[in-house]
Amino acid sequence: MTADAASSDEPGLDQTVAAAHAVGLTKVYGSGAMQVVALDSVDVQLAEGEFTAIMGPSGSGKSTLMHCMAGLDSITAGEVYLGETPLSTLSDKALTQLRRDQVGFIFQSFNLIPTLNAAENITLPLDIAGRSPDLAWYDTVIDTVGLRDRLDHRPSELSGGQQQQVACARALVSRPAIIFADEPTGNLDSRSGAEVLGFLRRSVDEFGQTIAMVTHDATAASYSDRVLFLADGRVVDELRNPSAEAVLDRMKHLDRATSAQAE
Amino acid sequence: MLRATLRALAAYKVRLALSALSIILGVAFVAGTFIFTDSLQKAFNDLTSAGQVDLVIEPATTFDAGFGNEGPVRTMPDSLVGEVTDVPGVAEAAGAVVVRNVAVLGPDGKPLGTGGGPGSVGFGEGWIDSADLAEWRLTSGSAPNGPDAVVVDERTSEQAEAPIGGTVTVLLPSGERVTPTVVGIVEPVVLGGGASVVIWPTEVAQQLLTAPGQVTSIRVLAEPDVSQTELQNRVAPLLPEDVESKTGEQVASELTEQLNQALGFLNTFLLVFGLIALFVSAFLIYNTFSILVAQRSRELALMRAIGATRRQVRTSVLIEAILVAVIAATIGLAVGVGVAQGLKGLFALLGAPLPGSGLVLLPRTFAVAYGIGIVVTLVSALVPARRASMVPPVAAMREESTPTAAPLLRRGIVGAVLLTIAVIFAILALRPTDNSTAAAQLLGVSALAAVFAALALAPLAARLLVPVLGWPFSRSTVGRLAVENARRNPRRTAATAGALMIGLALISAMSVIASSTIKSTDAVVDDVIGADYVVFGATFQPFPPVVTETVAAVPGVETVTAVRSAVAQIPGAGDSPTIITIVDPDAITDVLNLSLSNGELARLNDAGSVIVDTTTATDLGLTVGQSLNVLTLTGPAEVKIVGTYEPAGFFQGFVAGNASADLLGAPGQDSAAYITTTPGSDQAEVRAALDAALEPYPTVTLQDQVEFKAQIRESINQLLAFIVALLILAVLIAFLGIVNTLALSVFERTKEIGLLRAVGTTRKQVRRMILIESVLIAVLGSVLGLVLGVLYGIGLQQVLSNEGITELGIDVPQLVLFVVISALGGVVAALWPAWRASRLNVLQAIASE
Repeated sequence: MTADAASSDEPGLDQTVAAAHAVGLTKVYGSGAMQVVALDSVDVQLAEGEFTAIMGPSGSGKSTLMHCMAGLDSITAGEVYLGETPLSTLSDKALTQLRRDQVGFIFQSFNLIPTLNAAENITLPLDIAGRSPDLAWYDTVIDTVGLRDRLDHRPSELSGGQQQQVACARALVSRPAIIFADEPTGNLDSRSGAEVLGFLRRSVDEFGQTIAMVTHDATAASYSDRVLFLADGRVVDELRNPSAEAVLDRMKHLDRATSAQAE
Repeated sequence: MLRATLRALAAYKVRLALSALSIILGVAFVAGTFIFTDSLQKAFNDLTSAGQVDLVIEPATTFDAGFGNEGPVRTMPDSLVGEVTDVPGVAEAAGAVVVRNVAVLGPDGKPLGTGGGPGSVGFGEGWIDSADLAEWRLTSGSAPNGPDAVVVDERTSEQAEAPIGGTVTVLLPSGERVTPTVVGIVEPVVLGGGASVVIWPTEVAQQLLTAPGQVTSIRVLAEPDVSQTELQNRVAPLLPEDVESKTGEQVASELTEQLNQALGFLNTFLLVFGLIALFVSAFLIYNTFSILVAQRSRELALMRAIGATRRQVRTSVLIEAILVAVIAATIGLAVGVGVAQGLKGLFALLGAPLPGSGLVLLPRTFAVAYGIGIVVTLVSALVPARRASMVPPVAAMREESTPTAAPLLRRGIVGAVLLTIAVIFAILALRPTDNSTAAAQLLGVSALAAVFAALALAPLAARLLVPVLGWPFSRSTVGRLAVENARRNPRRTAATAGALMIGLALISAMSVIASSTIKSTDAVVDDVIGADYVVFGATFQPFPPVVTETVAAVPGVETVTAVRSAVAQIPGAGDSPTIITIVDPDAITDVLNLSLSNGELARLNDAGSVIVDTTTATDLGLTVGQSLNVLTLTGPAEVKIVGTYEPAGFFQGFVAGNASADLLGAPGQDSAAYITTTPGSDQAEVRAALDAALEPYPTVTLQDQVEFKAQIRESINQLLAFIVALLILAVLIAFLGIVNTLALSVFERTKEIGLLRAVGTTRKQVRRMILIESVLIAVLGSVLGLVLGVLYGIGLQQVLSNEGITELGIDVPQLVLFVVISALGGVVAALWPAWRASRLNVLQAIASE
């Protein structure tokens, strides 16, 4: 089934350029009896300008896949490419620079620097790189997120939703090739979550941003263009232009499949 | 609850290790000091009580002038030896010749061991055949048996490169040189002082050192059934009026008392530095427990939620502290033994090997080590423990449990009050007064208040000053982050910097006092000394008059005048002897700018006339025309004050003329000679001629004004270096505190650092961020310390201006150097935490909740 899904995608790959792709990506934790195969020879393409959601039950390897593709985690076998750059051979320094220049991150727990105000948190990746922000773009991002009157607030003075908006703006402002979002709505109430997802959707539609988002929330996944389903370290299914109902349906199917497998 | 405490201790052992290390260092220093002095005391007591003869008969002295001020060599006829031997109950008696200032010259022509320290004065002695009476026993070779045969101690033999059969060059107190052959090597029976000793046959020693038939003491051994006191009573009727006797027990107990006094001083001196170090440790412990409590607040809240009382939470933190203290004190004691051994080794290295081999561990040392370790740790943990008990149970339910820092208002008020006290006492201390002791005490209270005020206000200072100090780094994002990190928890930064502040305050105050003393003595040399050259004995020991006579004959020398030092007890000046400087009234003004405020210098040509400086006159309530009954080394004398003069730095106190030398029991040797050269003479030529003339007298040094000032500077700087070296321990602990705080902060900020790494911060940038934070803390502490130290250094100089420190000197480059070294120390302190931070696993860091 995995092979089918992958081969059915291949014609599309020729037309759309992949912002990132993995070939035979394998990740094994531990060794001997303790050995856990988190990713089992996964092939994935994240097309440019597309909003991809990665779903799967706990332990399916969805977070590991994201970490490996973002260059945060080392891989056991296979290769990961950001653009055309293979990651496995890069030094820590080169990888850090690649992340700095090409990748944006949004985390479940916001991860803002408490000593910096909203504006400073947003420009942090640029500041660290020693680059000055493209002011027009910066303004666009701020206005899209709707944070203009909160820019001099510190994270402790912002609500959870606002903090995640700052994190979104931080991910966008350096115009990364791809943004990885790890359960971005996991710590938010449904209204704030919807705002954040709406913002991510708009950044794809209006600015052509590539986004990969790990989530277990079907509603969140319904904002994406394409949902990849993972189970036991493999891509087991895929859904284009998903609705929340369709996603839920697939998930139920998947849960039954894995539990049947377990038995 | 106890189990939870033990678990916590195990879980946080790495983080507690540095606090333990600070306690270990402090306790080790204190325990080492006690072990060292106790061991010495025991070794000395063993030695002084063993090997004493039963009775020692000596020319009487009117009072104990102290080492180095003994005055002329006092002798008595050796005919007394025979009379004493005939007394019933006397087993044996022998006349001894023991004379100081007998220098052995090394291969370089310089006296052995004049580099300073206890070994700087050599002895010349006469050989005593009876092994029971002698103070030395042969270890190899034979007893001296001819006019050119001597025995020496082993160190002298080695250093002078004179083995048995070789010759040694010996400079006698008269200035004469002899080169006898070494025929034997001796070791001390009783206590060896470390000085060189040369022993001739007694008749030869008499010829060279005293006079034929004259001995300096008689050593007596009693028959077995005669007690020492009985022996003393039986011998007493034989003794002339100016001769006295002491039993062996008396000699031993006097010696023991002197040694114990000296050791007590050493002990106190070293302990002060140990206590400073422990005081600094307290900050480290306070910080560790504060941070641990903050980091564990969720866990503590959980304890409270499931039913632990406040008291239980508080007790658990305190028990943790006590366990840390006990472990640290135990290790500290063990290290202290090493410290004591090291101190002994250091003395041996400096050329003064100490007696005794074993180390003495008294129960008191254990009590002090554990007591001090536990008290310091407990007191430091009290506030964090209280804070832990204040964590509300509901904190367990909260998402993020960063305790909001209480406002610094209360600290500000306490600081302001203390500061006011400091200022008031400083004003009181700096009022014009004659009583500098009282003023210094007031200043001490003020300094103490100021230190605590600074500690209370340090968090405010951290908040305000860190951005200023961090300004050079503010261009880079990493730098700004570091500045913010140093500011975000001002209490933590302040406590960390405060530890360093104390060390730096003490060091910079010492620096100001040292610079002021140097500047003041420079000024005195410039103002007072009119001489072109001065001659001093090595280690300021008196030298034979022949030196002065030799100098006078050098062409180009216009005047030479020598001064001598007599000692006397003066009514109203306490028991300690006062020095009376003996000068030539007709020549002294050629070489010293003495300005008489009252009377005439010429009147010093009358025996018994003295002048005194105005400060001493005021202190003792003396007026011109007054007569004083003083006690000299040779007996009572009456002197009359015929004038007063302005004190001139080191030249102060009582001054008499050569006419009074005999009356005042002055020694037969000079303590200094001042030389002026003929105007228009070639200085280089005169200098060369003087150097050539003084070559036979290596125990004296010739210095022009520049060299003289340089020598004073050098000796003051040596003292400063010594004190700074002892304060290094406290500074070291303060830097450990920086390591500690940074390591704990890195742990606390794991997630943040992870995020920084995720969004593209390189390892190098992370390291730089920690490094800058560390440097900021170090510089904050050292700058605060510097300000405090310099202010109180200035205050102390003002207070001591009556005592001769008239000029204020601030060695700015030296102070800047201190700050630079502190900043570098900050870099070193950051290495390990920075390395750890840069090695954090990015994934784990972001994932960690």
